[in-house]
Amino acid sequence: MNRVTAVFRRLRTERRAAFMPFIAAGDPSLEATEAILRTLQDRGVADLVELGVPFSDPIADGPTIQASYQRALARGVTPQAILDTVEHLRGGGLEMPACLMVSYSLVYRPGMERFIERAARAGVDGFIVPDLPADEAGALEQALTAAGLVYVPLVAPTTTPARREKVVAHATGFIYCVAVTGITGERPELPKDLDAYVRGIKEEAKAPVCVGFGLSRSEHVKAVAEVADGAIVGSAIIHRIAECGQAPPARIAEAVADLCADLSAPLRG
Amino acid sequence: MATVPDASGRFGPYGGRYVPETLMAALEQLADAYAEAREDPDFQQQLDYLLKQYVGRPTPLYFARRLTEAWGGARVYLKREDLTHTGAHKINNTVGQALLAVRMGKTRLIAETGAGQHGVAAATGAALMGLECDIYMGTEDMRRQRLNVFRMQALGARVVGVETGQRTLKDAINEAMRDWMATVEHTHYCFGTTAGPHPFPVMVRDFQSVIGREIRRQCQKQEGCLPTAVVACVGGGSNAAGAFFAFLDDEDVALVGVEAGGRGLASGQHAAPLCAGKPGVLHGSLSYVLQDDAGQTLPVHSVSAGLDYPGVGPEHAYWKDTGRVRYTSATDDEALAAFVELARTEGIVPALESSHALVEAKKMAPEMDRRDVLVVNLSGRGDKDVEEAARLLGDGLAKGPSA
Repeated sequence: MNRVTAVFRRLRTERRAAFMPFIAAGDPSLEATEAILRTLQDRGVADLVELGVPFSDPIADGPTIQASYQRALARGVTPQAILDTVEHLRGGGLEMPACLMVSYSLVYRPGMERFIERAARAGVDGFIVPDLPADEAGALEQALTAAGLVYVPLVAPTTTPARREKVVAHATGFIYCVAVTGITGERPELPKDLDAYVRGIKEEAKAPVCVGFGLSRSEHVKAVAEVADGAIVGSAIIHRIAECGQAPPARIAEAVADLCADLSAPLRG
Repeated sequence: MATVPDASGRFGPYGGRYVPETLMAALEQLADAYAEAREDPDFQQQLDYLLKQYVGRPTPLYFARRLTEAWGGARVYLKREDLTHTGAHKINNTVGQALLAVRMGKTRLIAETGAGQHGVAAATGAALMGLECDIYMGTEDMRRQRLNVFRMQALGARVVGVETGQRTLKDAINEAMRDWMATVEHTHYCFGTTAGPHPFPVMVRDFQSVIGREIRRQCQKQEGCLPTAVVACVGGGSNAAGAFFAFLDDEDVALVGVEAGGRGLASGQHAAPLCAGKPGVLHGSLSYVLQDDAGQTLPVHSVSAGLDYPGVGPEHAYWKDTGRVRYTSATDDEALAAFVELARTEGIVPALESSHALVEAKKMAPEMDRRDVLVVNLSGRGDKDVEEAARLLGDGLAKGPSA
């Protein structure tokens, strides 16, 4: 069974929501990314991980993630090198499910099927393609399914009910529910109408619903966990990594794991 | 030829909508509103009135006698888009989109700009309709086109400097898209060219197609025939699409698009995706793009801020593949020489963008017959470029032409 599907099945029996950190691969180095992923698993502070593939023009991302991608690109980090890293981690016993957050340009250019096959071989479990709306994603969904990977569509607060129905029906891993109308980044508070919005999606969805964009504190994670199947935190973690500067990978990994332990504490009772 | 795009915004394989889900509802709303407006006589009447009485259309089709004599061969005509209000073809599109924004009940316009011409035109449309306006512009372009920054500010727009990436047009589009992600409910993104997600490529082309319709009518009246060739510069591709569209079915009319060759295609320092790029996805559509093998956008270079862009409109990709339009490029140095030559031969200072089209016309004219009519779309005026040309040419601008 796909690792994403398996983890949500297990969490359902445990009656607990998932905690999913976003890590920009290759920032500050692929060695650091490796150490972070291993430490997150070893310390049991993340259920799944979302691995951002640095892109030159990420239009859905705020300044924190943009800067992180720029640092990685400046060091010459490529999608292929990231997949090699994942493969290495899987060989070393990493079992935590990992989804790629990857812009369509990077999937299209090398050839979609080739890219997905390579990702599957490396041990990636699913794809989130933030600039490929469901209308254009038919071929991607098919190719992912054929490779045993999950397709994670996004729903936004601006998504009309008619669109939402179509989007939700196609999810095979989970549904990425974008919490805010806007780009990624830390925000002091969650939107007031988030509850009703997430419940609306939950009613239509068979797949688990995870909420991201704007979550940065443990109370956000707690609030989201009451209505959704998972909480995604990105910029706050990237921010912490940036503060570590050129610290050794092991130190960065511990700092990230400490933060993830704090953020996910409300889920662990 | 005229049946593209299809309902999903596809020009053959090109175009489409590659944007975050957050923007999809707005793009659907825009496509619907535009489809309605296109068929609404009231909207067309308002637009026609503004194009005539505000923009100053039709713009002249001017017979460039001295240029024709100097080049030898075809009779050279200039389509004088430089004489429109605000000094470039960009206003044809922004007046249309500003009208549409009001029709959709939006209260704010945002836009990206490279050379500043689209920013000025968008700020003008916003002032005309009483809309709030923010313009995103790379700080490198703000340096190159300082005059236009002041013009936008004078028109009441806020100019937001973009410090990311190469600090040019591509980065300004990224920032404008990010703004729109958060403000989509009350803000219209007044996109400046025939690129981007559907419906922008078709909508901007339609608003600009008045250029080609006028060329057609004027050429028939003045010369009793259609042009032998129409030449236009191509950045995102809006002035070229506007000039070409009326002639797509006239197979005897040669259509030529000129991209920014920068320091030469072989140098890798250029902005010519149709000549030297491959199909890829950038800013919401599939088209030719300058990317590396992984799909990361490559740095681009052009002396002309308005052409300094790694992508191009999907309809141009389609025209390239079908062979209907021939695409070529002109270098920075060639464009600067053409800039000076037109100023001194005809008393017209062209935009550096439009100077690229003049370079190719100069190569074509001597190969053509005296009876041939060669139309160059002079997409904008060069006031904004005089300072940058002086910096680059040094003494060359003060001295006479070297040629």
